[in-house]
Amino acid sequence: MTFEPRITAFVCNWCTYAGADLTGTSRLSYAPNIRIVKLPCTGRIDPLFVLKAFEGGADAVLISGCHPGDCHYASGNYHARRRWSLFRKLLAFTGIDENRVFFSWVSAAEGQKFANLVNKVTEQVRAAGPFGERNLARRRL
Amino acid sequence: MRRFPKYVNAGRALMARIGVFICHCGENIGRTVDCPAAAAEAAKLPGVVLSLDYKYMCSDPGQQMINKAIAEKLLTGAVVAACSPRMHERTFRSAAAQAGLNPYLLEMANVREHCSWVHSERAAATAKANDLIRVMVEKVRRNKALFPIRVPVEPTALVVGGGIAGIQAALDIAAGGGKVVLVERSPSIGGHMARLSETFPTLDCSQCILTPRMVEAASHPDIRLMTYSEVEAVEGFVGSFEVTVRRKARYVDPEKCTGCGDCFNKCPLKKIPSEFDAGLGSRRAIYVPFPQAVPNKPVIDAANCTMLTKGKCGLCAKVCARGAIDYKDQDRLEKVKAGAVVLAAGFELWDHSAYGEYGGGRLKDVIDGFAFERLASASGPTGGEIRRPSDGSEPKTVVFIQCCGSRDDKKGKGYCSKICCMYTAKHAMLYRHKVHDGRAVVFYMDVRAAGKGYEEFVRRAIEADGAEYVRGRVSRVYRRRDGKLVVKGADTLVGRPMTVEADLVVLADAMVPRRGAEKLAQLFGVGCDTDGFYSEAHPKLRPVETAAAGVFLAGACQAPKDIPDSVAQASAAAAKALGLFAKPELEREPVIARVNKNLCVHCRACINACPYGAAKDFEIKDRAGKLLRVVAEVNEGLCQGCGTCAAVCRSNSVDLDGFSDEQVCAQIAALE
Repeated sequence: MTFEPRITAFVCNWCTYAGADLTGTSRLSYAPNIRIVKLPCTGRIDPLFVLKAFEGGADAVLISGCHPGDCHYASGNYHARRRWSLFRKLLAFTGIDENRVFFSWVSAAEGQKFANLVNKVTEQVRAAGPFGERNLARRRL
Repeated sequence: MRRFPKYVNAGRALMARIGVFICHCGENIGRTVDCPAAAAEAAKLPGVVLSLDYKYMCSDPGQQMINKAIAEKLLTGAVVAACSPRMHERTFRSAAAQAGLNPYLLEMANVREHCSWVHSERAAATAKANDLIRVMVEKVRRNKALFPIRVPVEPTALVVGGGIAGIQAALDIAAGGGKVVLVERSPSIGGHMARLSETFPTLDCSQCILTPRMVEAASHPDIRLMTYSEVEAVEGFVGSFEVTVRRKARYVDPEKCTGCGDCFNKCPLKKIPSEFDAGLGSRRAIYVPFPQAVPNKPVIDAANCTMLTKGKCGLCAKVCARGAIDYKDQDRLEKVKAGAVVLAAGFELWDHSAYGEYGGGRLKDVIDGFAFERLASASGPTGGEIRRPSDGSEPKTVVFIQCCGSRDDKKGKGYCSKICCMYTAKHAMLYRHKVHDGRAVVFYMDVRAAGKGYEEFVRRAIEADGAEYVRGRVSRVYRRRDGKLVVKGADTLVGRPMTVEADLVVLADAMVPRRGAEKLAQLFGVGCDTDGFYSEAHPKLRPVETAAAGVFLAGACQAPKDIPDSVAQASAAAAKALGLFAKPELEREPVIARVNKNLCVHCRACINACPYGAAKDFEIKDRAGKLLRVVAEVNEGLCQGCGTCAAVCRSNSVDLDGFSDEQVCAQIAALE
């Protein structure tokens, strides 16, 4: 059986969730490997959520929200971006390959971009293989 | 490190009685997702006491199914697996509320937009639907009943900007029973419309239609004018804003002043260029901007008055019989309470000095549209006669150049300023009415005359009044030694270069946001687009609202607009404000952050992160009033529920209702 990656996505309610809705309404298709967890804003994403997702068996995490300047809450996505630039150092420390955490801006109008993004992430993770076998950090965090 | 046990509060989880309702959406979901199988799978989940699937959950029988289940099975939570919550969350939550279940105990699993519509393989789609349902069941098990936040509404609207949009909004709100505070930066209300000579497309006199409105606004018992004032600071939120207004020093006590005019008739400083007359006329250091000003009380221009700059003169105080002049007057700050805000900050004309080919603003006889309005106005510096600013002679050839700065994203603005085609046609018409042997040449890119009576108006300028319309851009305007302006352009319809010797050139400058508009937007938390115009909440469906609740837009601060459009939007903004005032209390979504004050270590991370200033210091005091500790606190009225504070909190003391750490971690754990 081929390896099917599990991808957990944390998306904001206003842009990417709506963008993913648009992908559906436009009847575009993408790989069924993604599970979306909706949050009000990317600013809400605690780095711990990402670690928890890996702990729970995700092979990759996708974080997506409004484009810079378009945040529904004015600046939440900037906080998320700043947090991410620090968090990647922590990832290296925990032994999680930072290429397993994806960060992208998808607006409510970018249904096609969302589909492409999910397909790209799924392909990359499929090529990289399961998180546990390649990574020593599979042990409980 | 913080810990999130996998099953938090097992006791509550055991007691949970959750119903799962899976919608086929006709064939939309059912074709790809095996709904009965998903229902059977969901029935096995811990806490689920009922799991049903139905053709159309959103239909009346579908909703009744949910209602019945809530009542009969005493559900403590419900998951509806159907379309996107953006589509029907409100529908199902109000159905739940009707049956007595707190609406925030119902969640939707999006198995249509995020599953059946984007995947084609039935097994994979069904597996994904199972996951999405399981995740939501785990969340709902941890949902708390939430209650809308009630905020009292102060039935006063703050209208910022006293142009036609602001005046109209103020009058409409006052007519609807609200109270209004109208803040205007300049000494008089009236705005740009007061400066116009006639208005298109009917050529009625601008002041004749505007000044009665100005007087009405000033004399209305429920409208309070604050002229020569600016918004300094904004606190609070929809329903109860507290706005600090700077009342600039007028140096004239408006209570004592009768507006007799002795002061400005005697003021020896006669040569200050009048802003109202676009610099073509002059005013004194103590002045009213124009004779019909409201309020008709002068102010002293502190930058030019010699009494204020050098302590010499004092003539106006000597001649004022009422003793209204006070050279020691100071700016005052005044707080105003308001439930709603209408921003009508208006526009100004783009500075055409960036166009070196049109003289770069240095040629006296190259003027902008407002200057031409003042020349054509009966109350203007020339008494309504068209005169060249340089030598006062009557121009025999006037060239009007359209799209000056508009539709030029290299040097100017990328957008169309919308009103210039119309006012240029009006200018050409007025000129031909006043100078019968004169020649009016209009260089245009396209004539955009969309509006009631607009196309007819432009045709009238061309056919009845003989304006010469030339399609093409002007490449250069320069002054010849004899004083003539040489306009070099091209007539692109015949494909020939063209030169016109003109006496006066009028540029139709682009409309740009008023200076200081961006600062005002920041004070109220309103966004601006790349050109600096205020952003509406939705370009089509919410054109007068902004992202800031309770702040509405009117007039050209949102986009270039003519008078009818500005007035229409002002009335719409007034209707929105009155809609807010219709209820004594406002209900808001209860998704807000809360601080556990026992845990808070006051690191201030949340206070620094909050984009709304909702997180603030809170002093814990003992009964004697002694300060014990300072912690953070979230103001429920200001909080919009983004949750940034919850993510930055170092002591795990801030959490977000509806998206708590516990809920999100349970969702993540359920994905295993």
